[in-house]
Amino acid sequence: MYDSLNQIIKEEKEKKTPFWKLVQLDDCHESETTVKESMSEVMRVYTAMKDSVINYDSSLKSQSGLVGGNGEKIRRRLNKRQMICGDFIGTVIEKALKVSESNACMKRIVAAPTAGSCGVVPAVLISLQEKEGFSDEKMCEALYVAAGIGGVIASKASISGAQHGCQAEIGAASSMAAGAAVYLYGGDGSDIANAAALALKNLLGLACDPVAGLVEVPCVKRNVMGAVNAITSADLTLAGIKSKIPADEVFEAMNKIGRNMNADIKETAEGGLAATKTGNRIKESIKIK
Amino acid sequence: MNLFDIIGPIMIGPSSSHTAGAVKIGNVARRLLGEDVKKAEIYFMGSFLSTGKGHGTDRAIVAGLLGLAVDDDGIPNSFEIAEKRKMKFTIKAGEDVEGHPNAVRMKLIGVSGRKIEVMGNSVGGGRIEICEMDGVETSFSAEAPTLIIQNEDKPGYVAEITPILVKEHVNIATMQLHRRKRGTIAVMVIECDQEIPDSCIKALKKLDGVLEVVYLSMRGLE
Repeated sequence: MYDSLNQIIKEEKEKKTPFWKLVQLDDCHESETTVKESMSEVMRVYTAMKDSVINYDSSLKSQSGLVGGNGEKIRRRLNKRQMICGDFIGTVIEKALKVSESNACMKRIVAAPTAGSCGVVPAVLISLQEKEGFSDEKMCEALYVAAGIGGVIASKASISGAQHGCQAEIGAASSMAAGAAVYLYGGDGSDIANAAALALKNLLGLACDPVAGLVEVPCVKRNVMGAVNAITSADLTLAGIKSKIPADEVFEAMNKIGRNMNADIKETAEGGLAATKTGNRIKESIKIK
Repeated sequence: MNLFDIIGPIMIGPSSSHTAGAVKIGNVARRLLGEDVKKAEIYFMGSFLSTGKGHGTDRAIVAGLLGLAVDDDGIPNSFEIAEKRKMKFTIKAGEDVEGHPNAVRMKLIGVSGRKIEVMGNSVGGGRIEICEMDGVETSFSAEAPTLIIQNEDKPGYVAEITPILVKEHVNIATMQLHRRKRGTIAVMVIECDQEIPDSCIKALKKLDGVLEVVYLSMRGLE
């Protein structure tokens, strides 16, 4: 994987090769696979993302009983055209809930970059495909863009909540989705990096504080926030609004913040929301017998 | 880490470490046993024990022992599948081993009576480490073709074993030597870049003083 977005932007200009293609070729080289094999695997991933929305079952509850059925509530409000934020953001919210609720209910999802943040990238990409009618091939290119951004974040910082808190999961997912969205609207490497920077900047310092240690509260709803944040970051970018701090430096800042975070807000369920009165009560009520 | 670690894996939720990782550990343990599991004693430690139930870790490990993959729809119903296939299992709390936050120990008996004891760690992102086999410390990820050879702890085994691999053009990626106690049984863990042909495994088994050869193949897996 690339370890710098600046490097991808530089190569995009020098080699006159688009961002997504550079990410693809780099991975083919590293994994000793052909372009065709790589593309068909990305198509399999995108199909699995779409299936994770389609196969949502609103009757399911998670093992703890904390999560389930909320995607359907948004769908009902959408059907009545009642969403304050409008139909498009409404469908983004709906999908983010559906995919991450499905994850909590032991259904099949794509970890992108993690299972806890699995709702963000599909919510953004699938909603944009529905809105604009992009081809599946174009969507796969956008997934390469997302993966390229995620790879740089993993290399400069981390994509693990246990290492760097939720900024490394929902933050990374939002950054990946923002860059991919901008690509779909014709953005080049600089635009992609700008959107990735804007999205992650908003989520720096976010704690990973899951109630009872489960990928449920607050993870499911944070997927919604991550997805909507990606869309706004893409719109800012497409309007020509620049991040004053370049993406690579934002990722480095995330790394430093992550290192300074206390262990109690790094997935240990000892701090933050997990350690609230209600969080503790929930934990006690679902203990293994 | 490759591209499909970032946009992937495709898996049954909710957690890459507590669900997908657990499936993988069970799966590898079954392949190390080399046959269908008849009876399994499963001991959870660390956060597998404290948050395992809510993450479906119990169902995930049983699914792995049944040979299901990390994206198999059957994972949530693995207890029922085990009953149908007559695989007996118990799940209990293990002794908390320091330094193993997400660990499981398994005592397995196969359909032919073969026994094995395996301990695995889930190290994050669905990646795992097999950290103990039959009481001997090991460290392998089960992501490459892996040979596990038990032999008498005497000089010369490395020199005898490696030429057999060289002859088949198998390149060794990593090699570890472990033993319980000097002069007893030694374990060699060899991770390779290529699959090892059956003829090669047979030749290794025939070597004087080699007690057991287990081969973890990647054939048929992604």
